Amino acid sequence: MSVSKHVVSLLLENESGSLSRVAGLFSMRGYNIESLTVAPTNDPTLSRATIVTSGDDRTIEQITKQLNKLVDVVRLVDLTEAAHVAHEMMMIKVRAPGPQREEIQRLSDIYKGKIVDVTESTFVIELTGDSDKLDSFIKAVGDEQILEVVRSGVTGIARGERGLKV
Amino acid sequence: MELSGGEILIQSLQDEGVEYVFGYPGGAVLHIYDAIFRQQQVKHILVRHEQGATHMADGYSRATGKPGVVLVTSGPGATNAITGIATAHLDSIPMVIITGQVTSKYIGTDAFQEVDAIGCTRPCVKHNFMVKSPEEIATVMKKAFYVATTGRPGPVVVDIPKDFTAPNVKIPYEYPTDVSMRSYAPVSGGHVGQVRKAVELLAQAKQPMIYTGGGVLMSESHQELRKLSQELGYPVTSTLMGLGAYPASDKQFVGMLGMHGTYEANLGMHNCDVLLAVGVRFDDRVTGEVEHFCPNAKIIHVDIDPTSIAKNVGVDIPIVGDLKVVLTRMLELLAQDSRRANPEDIAKWWSQIEEWKAVKSLAYESSDTVIKPQYVVEKVCEVTNGDAYVTSDVGQHQMWAAQYYKFDEPRRWINSGGLGTMGFGLPAALGVKLAHPESDVVCITGEASIQMCLQELSTALQYGLPVKVVNLNNRYLGMVRQWQEFQYEGRYSSSYVDALPDFVKLAESYNHVGMKIENPADVEGALKEAFAMKDKLVFMDFLTDQTENVYPMIEAGKGHHQMRMHPKVGELS
Ligand SMILES: Cc1ncc(C[n+]2csc(CCOP(=O)(O)OP(=O)(O)O)c2C)c(N)n1
Ligand SMILES: [Mg+2]
Repeated sequence: MSVSKHVVSLLLENESGSLSRVAGLFSMRGYNIESLTVAPTNDPTLSRATIVTSGDDRTIEQITKQLNKLVDVVRLVDLTEAAHVAHEMMMIKVRAPGPQREEIQRLSDIYKGKIVDVTESTFVIELTGDSDKLDSFIKAVGDEQILEVVRSGVTGIARGERGLKV
Repeated sequence: MELSGGEILIQSLQDEGVEYVFGYPGGAVLHIYDAIFRQQQVKHILVRHEQGATHMADGYSRATGKPGVVLVTSGPGATNAITGIATAHLDSIPMVIITGQVTSKYIGTDAFQEVDAIGCTRPCVKHNFMVKSPEEIATVMKKAFYVATTGRPGPVVVDIPKDFTAPNVKIPYEYPTDVSMRSYAPVSGGHVGQVRKAVELLAQAKQPMIYTGGGVLMSESHQELRKLSQELGYPVTSTLMGLGAYPASDKQFVGMLGMHGTYEANLGMHNCDVLLAVGVRFDDRVTGEVEHFCPNAKIIHVDIDPTSIAKNVGVDIPIVGDLKVVLTRMLELLAQDSRRANPEDIAKWWSQIEEWKAVKSLAYESSDTVIKPQYVVEKVCEVTNGDAYVTSDVGQHQMWAAQYYKFDEPRRWINSGGLGTMGFGLPAALGVKLAHPESDVVCITGEASIQMCLQELSTALQYGLPVKVVNLNNRYLGMVRQWQEFQYEGRYSSSYVDALPDFVKLAESYNHVGMKIENPADVEGALKEAFAMKDKLVFMDFLTDQTENVYPMIEAGKGHHQMRMHPKVGELS
């Protein structure tokens, strides 16, 4: 069976231990975890988490079933099964000395980045989009110019009427 | 009613109808122990080690179906309990374990006897709760019992900081009458369409097998299973955990399957065309190498836990639901629809199974000079009329107990199947005896396993729990020795148990009765004598054949059709 990437979105009880239960499940059962994001929703008793994982169909089925079985997980959906948006945000600090400033700015514009901090020798560029776009921006800037990279991990939502509600 | 947190905790146990709490005091739970002292309804059993408390509560639960309750202090109290919690977790036993925690303001400061009990137990519980205020105690207790006993049962830990149980803070008490948790909704039903498909498939079978497990006992659906199996007339096999759900002495029962299953059960599995799997989880000890598992079978799998389905083995008709509901639906459908499998096919299948049975895979070499462990188990079964509660430890003796004691009723066979915890047998037996004081309770153990929770002989004395201990003493970590014989060319690395105590004197030092039995001719007499002593714990030390092995055996990487048989199979009766 072939391995593919899945974006799983869950609503969790906003309790102190619930995130460690989710993270613990992945390490305990040896499932891959590429990224995990979590934050409270508009309902403060609920947190929304997005997990990017990979595996063959059988593994993914087990992952979603095992997550559902956790007592703190209220609802869950594998976003990958239908149309969805999955974006992440990146802040990247790059070396921007005089002669290169313009070129970096142009590159940032092409990627619809936003320069959120400027010093004499550096920029911090904020970029949002799918992970491939962020990867390709990193590549375009090049390792030599990069001082720091911080990525939020993917958050996702289903398109249209489909959704994750209590 | 205004109560302190400690009183609320104990009052909640009363309101849950809890009879016994198995526990051990310490600083963090002293307020709770004071609340126990000032009431009569909930009886506290003081163990000698927290592991013993967990196994006693576990044994009590397995024998009754009621949740087992444990109370231990923070730090070492909690960590000592973990083996027993994990044991219950792997066998899906409903338990509520209350762990004391250091005073809330000291949490996270490495305070005296502080351990992160929630973190330590997380991977081996169904769920755990950290109590955050005294006001929360009653609701958390209600939720703990609810989660532990519904759906696929399991242990639930409740961690309570000491200050929340203090006597000076009184708060109004009312035990919640019901509970709802939006994040926890155990299934009941079972998809009607799937059940119908399953019944249709069963009616087309030519070589069917029914494979049953511990889930049948958990869901109290042994009657439904028996009716269904008899209505269909198909062969029934059971996992180690499910023994007794279907009567071992019934003609449709072909014995246990798996690593030490019978020839007919394992070959039945290997050759079946339709497999009805109920309340099982396709454990590796059952399936052998999954690549060889049931190569020609269409598989129907009924279980309450969706994660059990298609975890290890692909399934054709998955049915998630409470077994009792699903099996009842199957029976209804069979009553409405008279279509059945072709009787000729089924008769042919049975004659094949009879041929396999004739191989007598459980036959062993008898002896009048050295005691054969299988013989002891057979005699225990005879002397107790096959109706005792039998607990066991882990090793060869456990497999012989499972193979040679014929369990006709549910909840009689009590062992640590999932975790394989040596030390389980004696404390579990004590828990069973509390629940069934009038019944024979026997712990079939080995000289190594028994020493892992031996201290509970003292608890047995304190509470007058006259269980019988059958020690199959082969002076070896027998199961380890057997693997070393088969797989390591007889290099017996650390499997000889030297420097054994005199078990007779040891038992006597606790004011129990000790017996040493060395001759085969004395086995039956000794057992009769021991079981006649209704009010005495009798420790029977049987010196058994040191080189005996458990057969049949499916070794690593092999399938059901590749059993290793007794070297003299065919010549034995
Ligand atoms: C706590 C624990 N430690 C180690 C093991 C591994 N183990 C399985 S069986 C066995 C030997 C048991 O010896 P004994 O109780 O004498 O039983 P026998 O096999 O000789 O009947 C061991 C060490 C285990 N199951 N549990
Ligand atoms: Mg031994």
